[in-house]
Amino acid sequence: MSLLLENIRKTYRQPEGGRLPVLGIEQFQLQRGEQAALIGSSGGGKTTLLNIIAGILTPDSGKVIIDGRDLVAMPEVVRDRYRASRIGIVFQTFNLLPAFTALENVMLGMTFSGRGVDQNFARELLQRVGLGHRLHHSPKRLSVGEQQRVAVARSLAKKPVLLLTDEPTANVDPANQQLILDLIRDSCRDHNVSLLLVTHSMEAAASFQRIERLQDFNRPELCAPERSA
Amino acid sequence: MSLLKIAWKNILQRRVASLLTSLSIGLGVMLMVLVLVIAGAVEIAFTQRSIGYDLIVGPKGSDLQLVLSAVYRIQPPIENLPYMYLEQIRADRRVISAVPLAFGDVTQQGSFPIVGTTAEFFENDYMPGRKFRFRGAGIESLFDAIIGAEVARTNGWDVGTKFSILHGGAQGSLHDELFTVVAVLAPTGTANDRTVFLNLQGFYAIEGHEKPIDEVEKRLRDFYAADPQRLESAMQQLQEYRARRTARPDVPEGQAMDSPPAMQEVTAILVKTRPATPFDAISLSSELQKGFQAMAVNPIRPIQRFMSSVVGNIQKALVVLTAIIILVSGVGIFVSIYNSMVDRRREIGVMRALGAARHHVFGIILAEAALLCLGGAAGGWLTGHALAIIASPWVIQQTGLLIDPWAVSATEAILFPALGLLGVLVGFLPALTAYRTDVAEALSS
Repeated sequence: MSLLLENIRKTYRQPEGGRLPVLGIEQFQLQRGEQAALIGSSGGGKTTLLNIIAGILTPDSGKVIIDGRDLVAMPEVVRDRYRASRIGIVFQTFNLLPAFTALENVMLGMTFSGRGVDQNFARELLQRVGLGHRLHHSPKRLSVGEQQRVAVARSLAKKPVLLLTDEPTANVDPANQQLILDLIRDSCRDHNVSLLLVTHSMEAAASFQRIERLQDFNRPELCAPERSA
Repeated sequence: MSLLKIAWKNILQRRVASLLTSLSIGLGVMLMVLVLVIAGAVEIAFTQRSIGYDLIVGPKGSDLQLVLSAVYRIQPPIENLPYMYLEQIRADRRVISAVPLAFGDVTQQGSFPIVGTTAEFFENDYMPGRKFRFRGAGIESLFDAIIGAEVARTNGWDVGTKFSILHGGAQGSLHDELFTVVAVLAPTGTANDRTVFLNLQGFYAIEGHEKPIDEVEKRLRDFYAADPQRLESAMQQLQEYRARRTARPDVPEGQAMDSPPAMQEVTAILVKTRPATPFDAISLSSELQKGFQAMAVNPIRPIQRFMSSVVGNIQKALVVLTAIIILVSGVGIFVSIYNSMVDRRREIGVMRALGAARHHVFGIILAEAALLCLGGAAGGWLTGHALAIIASPWVIQQTGLLIDPWAVSATEAILFPALGLLGVLVGFLPALTAYRTDVAEALSS
């Protein structure tokens, strides 16, 4: 199993006092190599869930088990290293670093993984996403679609076991949306990477065999009253 | 990709701001390098054994003024000593050479100091182990002159040039006598380069240089009050000379008339003692201090005292001032990086999301600050020395200081580690901000 969420509870402190329950998930799992689309409305806790799975946010309670290890129980520095080596993330706004070329952005994805930087693999990934001729271009010289393709290559550079994508086509023109989605799905399939695509667009999720609606398994009311008070 | 490379790429990303902040550090370092190079040149010029003599004898007064006037020729003379006193010193068994100097006048063109001396001055080493080299002939007639290399270069003089001198300094009256350059000294890197040397007898022969007999008599009585035997000899010479002058009313007062030693004076005497007995200089010096109205000083000691008490403090003040400039520039780097942290919050969040640990982003920001400081320091250091190379001919011309543009002082040696440390200090707070960045918040910003 690639991903297992157990008894996840997450609340946010509210400015006026008290806590806002956001996530209450009993169980959610994703098999190795499985691809799932997670649909949820805006403000429904999708990004929070993604951040918890990525180890960027810690839940109030519960377990996030990736490849057999519980992220929540790890010290932060270990969790960072684990994320660096096992979890790929594709953001809605690509988040390429402007100081680096396309190739360097991809290599940056490997830098913190602890496995060393393999420039040939980075080139290969960019060639695979059709950007072999744009290796040394800075992000501002790439089109939106090209930027997202670099972001996909970057997320795969560390050879993750799990790829998290947050609305990866939201900022891409309609002509490129399916192209990006196919690229992500094919790349994950090629590398046997589990894929969780978070989106509010039914259209983006349509091609997935497994489609989950967050509101179907997220019950924020499960957050304990003393935690949410 | 190393953290250093990531830091470097971030610097290039904000190249204008980075260049400006680095430039401010560079300017501070450049100023410090220039101060240190000049201070080093001053120190070498004033503390090396830049004179091949063990003692300088002169009238009682400030030992520093005696050295600055007799050796460096940048101060007016204190007073004069009787020429007879030179003969006394020459007779001492501990002395192997005593060279008279008479000075106080300057050239009309360029205000270079005039020194009347004897051939012995040029036969002795001007620095231990270094002999004078010159182009031209030796001094033969009364109004022959040998000029230093800098005088020749600045005034455009050469062998055969005739020139006039001013009495008693740049504001003095013009002497009627015309002098002729008979030789040009090779550069020595000492005050000799800026000096015009005359025949001592020619110096006495200049109209107005001979004092009235009554005044000389009074001075000799004062000087030899404790030595009646010499005083008697001096008075006898004066009496004979007075008689000769009375017989020649056509010779104007102030113009020498083959005057006896008692009528002559020297401004300072350069003394070389026997090298086999190093204590000779000390014993001779203390004996001279006790008697009459003269003093003998070690040419190094007053200068060292002056360097440590005055020049050293000025140098320290300048170094501190430039250090403050560098510190202020460091604050500039701090402000620049700290302000950029707001814009770079999302980038830091992305890097953290990619797996960078807190200590990684902390290290990247620290490395940026250190690179900016060290880059500025390297630029400033090179520019400082390059300017020293460019300016050294001008400095030599203006001051006579021999600049070694690539001389690296001990302070410079610690400059780079110190600026690396400054980088770490100014980068610490921005780095801490990066360290504390909330990734989820940064990504959603």
